[in-house]
Amino acid sequence: MNMKFLKDYRDGEIARGIIRKINEISRRPAKLMEVCGTHTVAIFRHGIREVLPRNISLISGPGCPVCVTPNRHIDEAVEICRRPGVILTTFGDMMKVPGSSSSLAAEKAAGADIRIVYSTMDAVDIARDNPDKETVFFGIGFETTSPTVAAAILRAEQEGIGNFSVVGAQKLIPQAIRALLQSNEIGINGFILPGHVSSLIGTKPYRFIAEEFSIPAVVIGFEPVDILQGIYMLVKQIEEGTARVEIQYNRGVPPEGNPHAMNLLFKVFEPADAIWRGVGTIPGTGLTIRPEYSRFDAVRKFGVCIQEDRDLPGCRCGEVLRGVITPLQCGHFGRTCIPENPVGPCMVSVEGTCAAYYKFGKGASGDEA
Amino acid sequence: MCLAVPAKIVSLSGMTAEVETGGVTKKVSTDLVPEVRINDYVLVHAGFAIQVIDEQEAVETLKLFQEILEHEHEVS
Ligand code: SF4
Repeated sequence: MNMKFLKDYRDGEIARGIIRKINEISRRPAKLMEVCGTHTVAIFRHGIREVLPRNISLISGPGCPVCVTPNRHIDEAVEICRRPGVILTTFGDMMKVPGSSSSLAAEKAAGADIRIVYSTMDAVDIARDNPDKETVFFGIGFETTSPTVAAAILRAEQEGIGNFSVVGAQKLIPQAIRALLQSNEIGINGFILPGHVSSLIGTKPYRFIAEEFSIPAVVIGFEPVDILQGIYMLVKQIEEGTARVEIQYNRGVPPEGNPHAMNLLFKVFEPADAIWRGVGTIPGTGLTIRPEYSRFDAVRKFGVCIQEDRDLPGCRCGEVLRGVITPLQCGHFGRTCIPENPVGPCMVSVEGTCAAYYKFGKGASGDEA
Repeated sequence: MCLAVPAKIVSLSGMTAEVETGGVTKKVSTDLVPEVRINDYVLVHAGFAIQVIDEQEAVETLKLFQEILEHEHEVS
C-alpha cells in the first residue's frame, strides 16, 4: 500500500532542514512539555532531544494512563477478579502494575481468570461466549481509548448482554493540563499536545492554555518530521511572543476532532472528579458511568468498596508525572527499580517516563531543567 | 497507550472493517467512524478506527515546510 505521506514524515533530509530552522530562530530558553507518553517514547526513539539546541528542554508530562491510575482502581480490579465466576479482561499494560497489595499478574498466577484483550469488543465477545460467567473489563485510558469503552457498553446493551461490566478508570486530559499550570511548578513555555487524544477531542478544549495562561500549544503527530515541525511551530510562537493553539498533525486531527465518537462517550459516561497518581484529585478529569447505564458499572455491580489504598514506598512517580524531577533523581532508578522488576508504574508501562529513560539512555536535553 | 497506526480500509461489513497496514490485514470496529468508505485511510487504536486520515492535509503540511526550506535556498 502506498502511504507516500508516511514515508516523507520519516525523511532524514526534511528532518535536518527543520533542525537547521529551529537552530536559526531559537534564542530564548524554552521548556516544552510533551503531555503524552507516546510522544515521550517517540522522542527518545528518534533521538530528538540530542538534536535540539541546548536552550530547549523537553519535559515529560502526565500522559501515561497506566502511570496515573491510582492504586485504588487496581485494588478494585484485584478484588473483583477474586470473586467466583468472574473473567477479568484488560489491556496488557495493566497486568504488572502493583496495587496496594497485589497486581493482576500476581492474581492470574494465583489462579484468577484474567484475560488480556486487544480491543474492548473482544471483552464483549468473551461475555457473549460465556453466558454463565461475569465478564468485567478493567478500562483505563484517555480520550483516545474511552470512546471504545463506551462503544463496547453500547454494543452490549444493544445485544442484551447482561453479564458484561466495566471498572472505569479513564481520564480526561485538558483539565489535567490546567491543574499542572495552576500549580506552575516548572514554568512550562510550550505544550506538545497529544496527537491521538486530539483526534477525538479537537482543539477547542485546549484554548484556555493560550487564552488564560498565554502559553503556546501545538497538536503534534508522532513521526520524526511531525515532532520536529511541531517543535519549530512552538519555538516560532515563543520567539514571537505569541500564544496560540495550532495543529501540526492536520492529517489526523480536524479542529473539531471526532464529534460522533465524543457523543458516544458522553452518552455513556459523564465527567467526574478523578484521582491522579502523584497529583491528587483533579475536578472534571474522570469519567463515571451515567445512571442510565449503571448496570454496566462493575464496582457498583459487585459492591466493591476500597477503604484505603497505600502508596508505593520510595517511588517518586508522582513527581516524575508532574515533570518536577526526572527519573534520574529517584534513588530506585536503575538499581532497585528496573523494567523486569519495577517498583512503580512509571517503570512498568512501556510509555512510562522511567521505562523510557531506562530503555533509551538518559537523554541529553532537559535533564538539567 | 494512545498509539494509533494508519491503515487502509479494504472491506466493510456492518460495523466491522478489514484494514491493511504494512501488508498485514486485520479486523477493526468502525463504530467511531461510521462514515468510512473503502480505500479511506484511518487511524487504528485498540481495535477501533478512531479517525479518517485526510490525505490532502498530509501532503499540504509537508509542502508548507518544503516551501520554507526552498525559500531559504533562494535567499542564501
Ligand atoms: S524509577 Fe521506579 S521507583 Fe523511581 S519514580 Fe520511577 S517507577 Fe517510581
